Amino acid sequence: MSISRRMALKVLAGTAGAMASAAISPPSCAAARGKHIKASEAGANAGMLYDATRCIGCKACMVACNEANDLVPDGHLSEDRWQSPLDLNERTKNIIKVYRNDTDGTFSFVKRQCMHCVDPACTSACMLGALAKREHGIVTYDAALCVGCRYCEMACPFGVPKFEWSKLAPKIVKCELCNHRIAEGKDPACTEVCPTHAVIYGTRDELLAEAHQRLEGQPERYVPHVYGEHEAGGTQVLYLASVEFDKLGLPACGDNAVPDRVRAVQDTVYQGFVTPFVLYGLLAGVMLRNRKAGGDDDSGPEEERS
Amino acid sequence: MNSASRPAPVGGPIVTPTVVVAFALAALAVALIAWRAAAGLGATTAMNDGYPWGLWIAFDVVTGTALGCGGFAIALLVYILNQGRYHPMIRPAFLTSALGYSIAGFSVLLDLGRPWLTYKIPFFFWNWNGDSVLLEVALCIMGYSMVLWYEMSPAFLEGAAASSSPGLSRFAKKALPIVKKSMLWVTALGLLLPTMHQSSLGALLLLSGPRLHPLWNTPLLPLLFLLSCIVMGFGAVVVEGALSSRFLGRQAETAMLAGLGKAMLPVLGLYLVIRLADLAVRGQIGALFAFDLYGAMSVVELSLFVAAALLLSTDERRRDLGNLMRAALVLLFAGALYRFDVFLLAFQPGPHWSYFPSVTEILITVGLVAGEIGTYIVCVRAFPILAGHAATTRDLRGAAH
Repeated sequence: MSISRRMALKVLAGTAGAMASAAISPPSCAAARGKHIKASEAGANAGMLYDATRCIGCKACMVACNEANDLVPDGHLSEDRWQSPLDLNERTKNIIKVYRNDTDGTFSFVKRQCMHCVDPACTSACMLGALAKREHGIVTYDAALCVGCRYCEMACPFGVPKFEWSKLAPKIVKCELCNHRIAEGKDPACTEVCPTHAVIYGTRDELLAEAHQRLEGQPERYVPHVYGEHEAGGTQVLYLASVEFDKLGLPACGDNAVPDRVRAVQDTVYQGFVTPFVLYGLLAGVMLRNRKAGGDDDSGPEEERS
Repeated sequence: MNSASRPAPVGGPIVTPTVVVAFALAALAVALIAWRAAAGLGATTAMNDGYPWGLWIAFDVVTGTALGCGGFAIALLVYILNQGRYHPMIRPAFLTSALGYSIAGFSVLLDLGRPWLTYKIPFFFWNWNGDSVLLEVALCIMGYSMVLWYEMSPAFLEGAAASSSPGLSRFAKKALPIVKKSMLWVTALGLLLPTMHQSSLGALLLLSGPRLHPLWNTPLLPLLFLLSCIVMGFGAVVVEGALSSRFLGRQAETAMLAGLGKAMLPVLGLYLVIRLADLAVRGQIGALFAFDLYGAMSVVELSLFVAAALLLSTDERRRDLGNLMRAALVLLFAGALYRFDVFLLAFQPGPHWSYFPSVTEILITVGLVAGEIGTYIVCVRAFPILAGHAATTRDLRGAAH
């Protein structure tokens, strides 16, 4: 009996130990699996470059987005009449927001839509892959595989996926980079209508090169950083601006892909699903041994009552 | 096993005022659920794009299944640590667990926006996303709910075997030996699945890391969730045991419950050590005393766990049923608060979002819990679940160790 008890404690301690060590080990072990692409491998993926210094806030992109995606424009007025709606929502996949600071006189527009992460949190969260990276690395949505759990909303560090709260068969609403237009050989609607070319469409590599060229050419015009080059493991939508990015609502969320950390923990604990089988075997083994060693009433479940 | 600790139906009237009130509240919940189905989530709940998960996930699922870990905790004690003297607690613990998990599963269906597609989660295996922690949680909870009802089935079959209907009785007598023979393998699964999904409930929020307050944002979330669910499971069994003795006219099983109190201590201690060490290693001890809401809630949370440990610290304290009950309640509250803090307080979607559950959300949760309590009372009165008079000299001797 004492042997089996010791063994049992070992099993439990082992599981707990694996969890603890998983927490300590660096996320690199998850990246080593190679299943998930890194920013350096996503160069040919489709993306956009938004240059806030070129944006004049005309919102033509919002109108074009609504038209291209059959969205009924959100007509609710908020306190700030210029900025209605205030944020992306179930009827708004693309929005121009304004940042202004009256004390230091800084001012900037910012366009918000899905960032199309190289290694997204939302697709890692999604149970059946309703949200997944499909052609050209675009994160698209398939309602037939969505149960409406909203874990993508919990996961996305940019607060992009929105849910149709007002509907009885609600879907997730987010920018899909006009993948239906791309399939017809057209550009995303917002990039097509922009009168100042503040937002342009291209591959991630092309856009990165363009962004760095602009930074070098006019360093005084920009904050010296291409947002999205490294953020959250890299995104396919990139930003240039004259105001610090966190003021524009683009968070400093670290350079690791968001799913890296959970993968590191889960991979270490589960070891490609070997751990659950081993643990099951050990648990059943300890129970069998206890039943044999224990004799009468300390035996296995329910047996003694028959 | 002596006859005194053999499970037997409690008997007595099925329809009592408590049961009537419980099912009235449950009926109100059913009406509100119909409204939720007809009007949608936006009209009936306070959830929004900033707080897409509200009371139903934080309480019914995340806290409710932890409160339903009594079966897991007692099964660990009896079958793995070989403490056979706690065997009489197995059936009531499994019953509360089975009911708790069923309610959690039902709440998920209410919460899902597209519940009619839920069948795809277990069956569309070619679409399974191996990265999704939520998928693992969903499959484990579905599987474990079935395991729990299977573990409960001998009680119902024994009840059926004693029934006056000859067909039912014959079926039950045939099924019982088969069920009992397979039970060990199912019970082992019943230990594996909660280990997996209770820890994974913590792992869920690892993905929200960039938006989680640093006081709770640790890769040890899975371990902390697992340890706290085990102490909450013990706590739930103690509360349920004490209430049964008070309201169902059972002899108090004080000695055995005191033993549980003792068994809880090392797990509780381990939880506290890891939680504090984690805060220290991540340099967050100072944040505890930042005099903001987050620091204050963490301090309250930790103090409750410490208070429970103190209430259980000596043999004398553990043998006092009232004190034991207080300790268990404090512990349940502490574990629930930890879960609410992680899922609702630590999660920070941004400045212009807020969430407080709507009246409908609250009344549905209350009604579901009331229905669970009502069903428990009916089950223990009608079926052999609670042990006869558990506090025999043999058990006293056993539990003193």
